[in-house]
Amino acid sequence: MRGAWRSRNLLAGGAITALMVLIALVSLVWTPYGPTQIDIVHRLATPSAAHPLGTDLFGRDELSMLMAGAQSSLSVALIAVIVGAGIGVPIGAFAAARGGVPDDLVMRACDLAFAFPALLTAVMITALAGPGAINAMLAIGIFNIPVFARITRGAARGVWGREFILAARAAGRHDTAITVLHVLPNIAAVLLVQATIQFALAIVADAGLSYVGLGTQPPQPSWGRMLNDAQTFIWRAPLLAVFPGLAITFAVLGLNLLGDGLQDLLDPRVRRAR
Amino acid sequence: MLAVENLSVSLPMEGGRVPVLADVSFALARGESVGLVGESGSGKSMTALAIMGLLPPGAATSGRVLFDGRDLLAAAEPELCAIRGRRIGMVFQEPMTALNPLMSIGAQVTEPLRLHLRLGRAEAEARARRLLARVGLAQIDPHRHPHQLSGGQRQRVVIAIALACGPELLIADEPTTALDVTMQAQVLDLLGELAAEQGLALLLITHDLGVVSATAARVMVMYAGRVVEAGGTGAVFAAMAHPYTRALFAASPHEAGGRPAPIPGQVPDPQHRPPGCAFAPRCPRAQRDCVATVPVLSPLPFKGRGLGEGSACGASAASPAPSPPPSPASGRGSHVAACFHPHPAP
Ligand SMILES: Nc1ncnc2c1ncn2[C@@H]1O[C@H](COP(=O)(O)OP(=O)(O)OP(=O)(O)O)[C@@H](O)[C@H]1O
Ligand code: SF4
Ligand SMILES: [Mg+2]
Repeated sequence: MRGAWRSRNLLAGGAITALMVLIALVSLVWTPYGPTQIDIVHRLATPSAAHPLGTDLFGRDELSMLMAGAQSSLSVALIAVIVGAGIGVPIGAFAAARGGVPDDLVMRACDLAFAFPALLTAVMITALAGPGAINAMLAIGIFNIPVFARITRGAARGVWGREFILAARAAGRHDTAITVLHVLPNIAAVLLVQATIQFALAIVADAGLSYVGLGTQPPQPSWGRMLNDAQTFIWRAPLLAVFPGLAITFAVLGLNLLGDGLQDLLDPRVRRAR
Repeated sequence: MLAVENLSVSLPMEGGRVPVLADVSFALARGESVGLVGESGSGKSMTALAIMGLLPPGAATSGRVLFDGRDLLAAAEPELCAIRGRRIGMVFQEPMTALNPLMSIGAQVTEPLRLHLRLGRAEAEARARRLLARVGLAQIDPHRHPHQLSGGQRQRVVIAIALACGPELLIADEPTTALDVTMQAQVLDLLGELAAEQGLALLLITHDLGVVSATAARVMVMYAGRVVEAGGTGAVFAAMAHPYTRALFAASPHEAGGRPAPIPGQVPDPQHRPPGCAFAPRCPRAQRDCVATVPVLSPLPFKGRGLGEGSACGASAASPAPSPPPSPASGRGSHVAACFHPHPAP
């Protein structure tokens, strides 16, 4: 019963996430209208056969913008996670392998990074470096570094304490090779789950940044920007705020379900305990 | 080939440095099997790890571990990496956890071959297959993962890995403790056979005296980080001069005697070792002088006046510094014990 529920998480999360990715990919080659195509005559149109989700204040097709927004949101979030994991995982793995002073230094540095509120820091970085999708990726990515460093270090330390690591050392492997051959594969599941969670958070962060105008720049559509635009007309066209809000919620929900499902699938101890 | 000289190891614990090994000396010749016995916590694994250069971080050592004349305690990590797995192999207590759960057993046997011998994939795989066959796993598909094997089969894989590169020394740390009785005998036989066949020296660590008597030519009994009795297996078992050896024997299940009689009390923590002889609180023969000084390994039978308690006691009181420990090279084979009042010779 419980197992069935768990795998439903995985299925639902996987399906939603796959749908999002599919929409983002399709938007690269096809959208019902050009997502930047202005049509002032039909501005603020309510949903109809021609415009299934209506149009915005410039008469742009809401559905097309949402699709293009999925593409920009997901790519910003994906790069941010890759940056965070790409730098954070080696740092955490190094700290776990070395222990002692290097480990302490890395962990204190992470504590320091966590002392800053995430979104505020990202806002600061993009405000300083200049707004734009690339800087948003980097700002959110930088924030993911300590997250990945810490979880990698914790999980890797657990693996380092296991006897097969001692056996690998007794077989003459040095620490770097042991990290790559034995430690990382054994924490891949944990990292994958964390990556889906960070992916969801990065989508929210990206929406936040583009909402305040520091993320993806117009005319390239983004969910955060669409929310901001919709604000002015919240009474005349409330649906314009609802759709991007739903898109963000859906993406985050899908990723979190996926993360949950993966966690149970990949961690045999949890699976057996249940 | 291996000479451990006055090896002492201390570890950082809360409350300061704590000695876990004190003045351990022994030698191991090519092709020789030596058993190292003692209760849990007596420092057997620490001895093995010190030889391998795999002590926990922060460990401080003194003395020397000479392997073919090189002091391993002073060797740098790259040199140790080249020796571990290549010239010294190690078998661990827990076959359940000594294998990487995510790697096939074939890949794990292949690993040291590729690392140390730089064999190509095909050659290494062929050799791994032969090794697996040699340890009795000819029927097992090398693509299997550790969880698909029984404990005894896993231990055979661990042995195959340890022997893959044809080491000169094999350290087996309680290789049979986690196995059931029939498996124990099989794995021990296998170790003995392989040691004889490849001419390798075997350091067999166990808390089971029966295991030692069946496999090792010499035995060292360890208690609270010190060697307390050592000598030829026959001589040690015949005399059991040290009260701890005797207690250990009485505590182990054996064919001759009836029920095992557990040793009262526990091995003292390294933090709380009693003064003088560490075994004194549990020793039926303890006397007042036992807590004054630490007894040193001395050749048996003690020369001079008999072996009666009083006289041995008087002798040790008269000569406060008992004869120095035999030098590892010359003392090989001689029977020694660290006790002020050893059991008299039978
Ligand atoms: N990593 C460690 N840090 C601190 N103390 C340790 C560590 N490992 C072992 N010790 C201590 O060192 C002493 C010797 O331990 P060791 O593992 O060598 O015993 P052992 O004879 O191998 O026992 P067992 O039969 O349980 O394997 C013990 O008192 C133990 O508490
Ligand atoms: S020295 Fe004394 S206490 Fe220690 S084993 Fe011998 S008789 Fe017992
Ligand atoms: Mg041990």
